[in-house]
Amino acid sequence: MSVIGILRIALKSLTRNKTRTFLTMLGIIIGVAAVITMIAIGQGAKKVVDDQISTMGTNVISVMSNFTNTQSTARQAAGSGNTLEEADVEAILNQVDGVLYASPVYNTWGQLKYGSNNWRGRIMGVDVDYFLIRDMQLESGDFFYPSEVENGAKVCVIGKTVADNLFVGVDPIGKIMRIRNIPFTVKGVLRSKGQSTSGNDQDDVVIAPYSTASTRLIGARWRFLTIIVSAESKESIPIVQAEISNLMQARHSGTTAADFMVSSQTDVAEAASTVSNTMTILLASIAGISLLVGGIGIMNIMLVSVTERIKEIGIRMAVGAGKRDVLLQFIIEAITISILGGLIGIALGWGLAVILGKTMGWSIVVTTWSILLSVGFSCAIGVFFGWYPARKAANLNLIDALRYE
Amino acid sequence: MAGKTLLSVRGITKTYQMGEIHVHALRGIDLDIRSGEFIAIMGASGSGKTTFMNLIGCLDKPSSGSYILDGIDVHGMDDAAVTQVRNHKIGYVFQSFYLLPRTTALENVELPLLYSKKLHAKDRHAMALKALKTVGLSDRAHHFPNQLSGGQQQRVAIARAIVNDPVFLLADEPTGNLDTRTSVEVMEFFQKLHSEGKTVILVTHEFDISQYATRIITFRDGRIISDVPNPEPRNAAEDLQKLPRLDDGEEVA
Repeated sequence: MSVIGILRIALKSLTRNKTRTFLTMLGIIIGVAAVITMIAIGQGAKKVVDDQISTMGTNVISVMSNFTNTQSTARQAAGSGNTLEEADVEAILNQVDGVLYASPVYNTWGQLKYGSNNWRGRIMGVDVDYFLIRDMQLESGDFFYPSEVENGAKVCVIGKTVADNLFVGVDPIGKIMRIRNIPFTVKGVLRSKGQSTSGNDQDDVVIAPYSTASTRLIGARWRFLTIIVSAESKESIPIVQAEISNLMQARHSGTTAADFMVSSQTDVAEAASTVSNTMTILLASIAGISLLVGGIGIMNIMLVSVTERIKEIGIRMAVGAGKRDVLLQFIIEAITISILGGLIGIALGWGLAVILGKTMGWSIVVTTWSILLSVGFSCAIGVFFGWYPARKAANLNLIDALRYE
Repeated sequence: MAGKTLLSVRGITKTYQMGEIHVHALRGIDLDIRSGEFIAIMGASGSGKTTFMNLIGCLDKPSSGSYILDGIDVHGMDDAAVTQVRNHKIGYVFQSFYLLPRTTALENVELPLLYSKKLHAKDRHAMALKALKTVGLSDRAHHFPNQLSGGQQQRVAIARAIVNDPVFLLADEPTGNLDTRTSVEVMEFFQKLHSEGKTVILVTHEFDISQYATRIITFRDGRIISDVPNPEPRNAAEDLQKLPRLDDGEEVA
């Protein structure tokens, strides 16, 4: 008998027993839907992390003081751990090939004030290159100029959070706000960047020229300098990173152990994507277990169904169905159930992922590979778990099958 | 009226092993059945008649002996070939009908055709409908078995048995689950098919039913104890006239 004929018989048998067919399918539906949803959530989280990393800027390398390695176990005076100098910035910019921009970065927290509004926020002192390295965009106004950095002008650029909290219903541009009680003119408002990888609000910031900040805002004792560098290209990052290391080693040869640390965006990105990949794998394996359980469900129902249909098999064989016909019929039934269940599962999983994304505000990415994986897996389950009961059915003794009650 | 030899059985035995005990269901049967005969195989339960039916119906294999069906030596055939023999040569009618549930009468009748010839669905329908018409059930073609009475179900089973035009019909207690009137109705169909030239082999333990056949073979303890012709069989159509009719042809299952 032709395969198409058997296919017709199998499909008829499935439509005649809708409840049984649906219950069998349910395991696969839930399994596939779980895989798709879980991977969508995992990949969505990964995308969020990737996006956050990209807000760090392009091809960023940072050089930091290494507090732990600096000195002996003796307690140090505050600020004495600071080993980087503004001169290091110049050296990196001039002596290392492949460096596009470099800027010193001072960091502190302090009181911000406009009129009667108070806010405690992050205060940064940087050079103009910083805006380019971190790929910062303006919402309104302007950045400060190199001349203003040179002159130590009391100007600043503020983030969205600071603007929203200090300047309620007022356009901040041109207004004079107080940073640690010193008046600064607001030159621009930055476009929102959202949360950083570590969960900090990147918009809660006031950025001033480093010259002004280091002398006026940050006392020498608390001054820790970070140098932020932008490499020409992604590929050049490791070389540039190594060259900066060498240069700094030469400049800081007085110290025994390395008193600085060079890290790049790639390092952070790799670490972060390792975390999110681990999460995806974890979610996928939980979902995979439910897919496996679904497969075992198929096998159970197929076995029960074979027992229940022993008489039917007997009748079919008595009127001329061969072993091969019976085997094929049961395998086709199992595959049909798996594929159909897989398709419904995809629709359900996709829908669920979209709904979760909408209601929980999660980022959701439905990937092709997760669909292919789960459908491929469900087909494999269909063949594998369909084959065993099918073979059992085909090998039944005809007389026993006919007389089975 | 009997023609060429259709079935030839020589020295057939069947032994079942049940634990340590060997059960001899058949102890050496020699039998020839000619084309066009209507045979009733009689015997109490345990006489071996059902085992014999399973063997000549190619549903089971003998322990020893030879069996020639329509010129083919069935003994030693592989499974696939025996399946073909079952499909092409034999039409089965069973005591409990054995119709597929949730499957219409027409689809049940089509079943042997599905597994045999490469036919178009249209031709299959036509052949199945013709068979249903023979048993007077064309108007019930799209009913499910559970919507049919016992007698109607058995007629559907007869239609299924004849749809592939087999060389003989093999009926195992076909009236065992039916009341008297319906039993006679079913026998009427067998007699009709027989008069059209079909070979019919009927297994029964009811004396009345055996009287419709033209040859009666009696089994006891795995052997044939009598094999006699029945030159004047009862006429089912006439018997039916004498039986009281139920309301509007309603049947009791």
